[in-house]
Amino acid sequence: MKTVKVYGPGCKRCDATEAMIRDAAARLGVDVAVEKVTDAKSIAMAGVISTPGIAVDGRLVHAGGLPDAAKLDGWLAA
Amino acid sequence: MNVATHAPAPHKGAPDWLWYLGVPAAGVVLYLLYGQLVPIAEWVTALLPVARDSHTGEAIAFFVYDVPKVLLLLTGIVFVTGVLRSWFSPEKTRAILAGRREIWGYPLASLLGVLTPFCSCSSVPLFIGFVSAGIPLGVTFSFLIAGPMVGPVGLGLLYGLVGWEIATIYLVFGFTIATVAGLVMGRMRLERYLQDWVRELNAGPVGDLPDERLTLVDRLKIGLDQVREIVGRVWVWVLAGIGIGAAIHGYVPEAMMLRIMGGEAWWSVPAAVVVGVPMYTNAAGVIPIVEALLGKGAALGTTLAFMMSVIALSLPEMIILRQVLTLRLIAIFIAVVATGILATGFLFNAIL
Repeated sequence: MKTVKVYGPGCKRCDATEAMIRDAAARLGVDVAVEKVTDAKSIAMAGVISTPGIAVDGRLVHAGGLPDAAKLDGWLAA
Repeated sequence: MNVATHAPAPHKGAPDWLWYLGVPAAGVVLYLLYGQLVPIAEWVTALLPVARDSHTGEAIAFFVYDVPKVLLLLTGIVFVTGVLRSWFSPEKTRAILAGRREIWGYPLASLLGVLTPFCSCSSVPLFIGFVSAGIPLGVTFSFLIAGPMVGPVGLGLLYGLVGWEIATIYLVFGFTIATVAGLVMGRMRLERYLQDWVRELNAGPVGDLPDERLTLVDRLKIGLDQVREIVGRVWVWVLAGIGIGAAIHGYVPEAMMLRIMGGEAWWSVPAAVVVGVPMYTNAAGVIPIVEALLGKGAALGTTLAFMMSVIALSLPEMIILRQVLTLRLIAIFIAVVATGILATGFLFNAIL
């Protein structure tokens, strides 16, 4: 079970990122719990300044814009 | 073209050579099309059952000519900007600006504000991230003002629709206002007017992201992605702006324009600023209006003030920043920026 956090105030791209993660996880057969962090304070505390940011099991892997699909697969499969 | 969609497997999509060939080819096609817009627009207008020299005919001709022109320009500018900005990121900018208290931190912040890609929806985390990294508040404000104020979309459209002289004036004064406003606010020691939780917050270190190595094709993809995202979002504003511009061009009598927005009426500059604040659109929507206003003889200073106010002082942006700034600080922010805009407006009305 992987914990994936999506950091973002709730803009369109954040929702799109979340959908991408769920799709990729389902396709790869990886069990994930996706959590959206929308509170500005928590986003900043996580060291994210460009959104959406993605952390997998507590490690920040991406910030700013939609993630690359191939890389996303890599983070989830690792 | 569907190449930039998120392909399920790595390196699927168009091969590299197609990008190296396709992008310049698309550029040439758009350029040639751009050169043919006047005949195309006249031809379309002639198809309609209205007299070309009537009010309606003038308005329609303006609209039919401006819509493809603005959309073509917008596509080109957004693509080039997207590619250039792929070399910058808020994280890198933060590292460059951190701890710079010297005087030239302000112009540097303004410059990076123009070059750094960031969407207004992440301005709160960005603001906190900057301030907690030790970037002075004033420098942060210079960054935040310059981003929208001297954005490449506004400048590029101004260049294409109104001419290089006014685009240059706008660039110089927009940049100066962002720099000086940040400097003034830096001197005012406004840290105490941040929301309490922001002042006490010691944000974690910026996440150690692996340094991404992008190929040129990656950057071209980013450019194309930006075109789809931004043009897909702002075209409605563009049509609305051109619609208003067309109405002004076709129906508003010049005498009336001179009375309201002419250089003689001193109150026209503050009025233009006040009208501009609640107007929520973006540069792409406001420049066609500016084009029509100037064409009808509106004073340059008044028009510049209106455009700057619409772009740089937006109500939704203030509401977002309300999470981190007290009302008092927002009021100071508006007052300082508005003063710069007013000064620019009065200056140009006086010297022209």
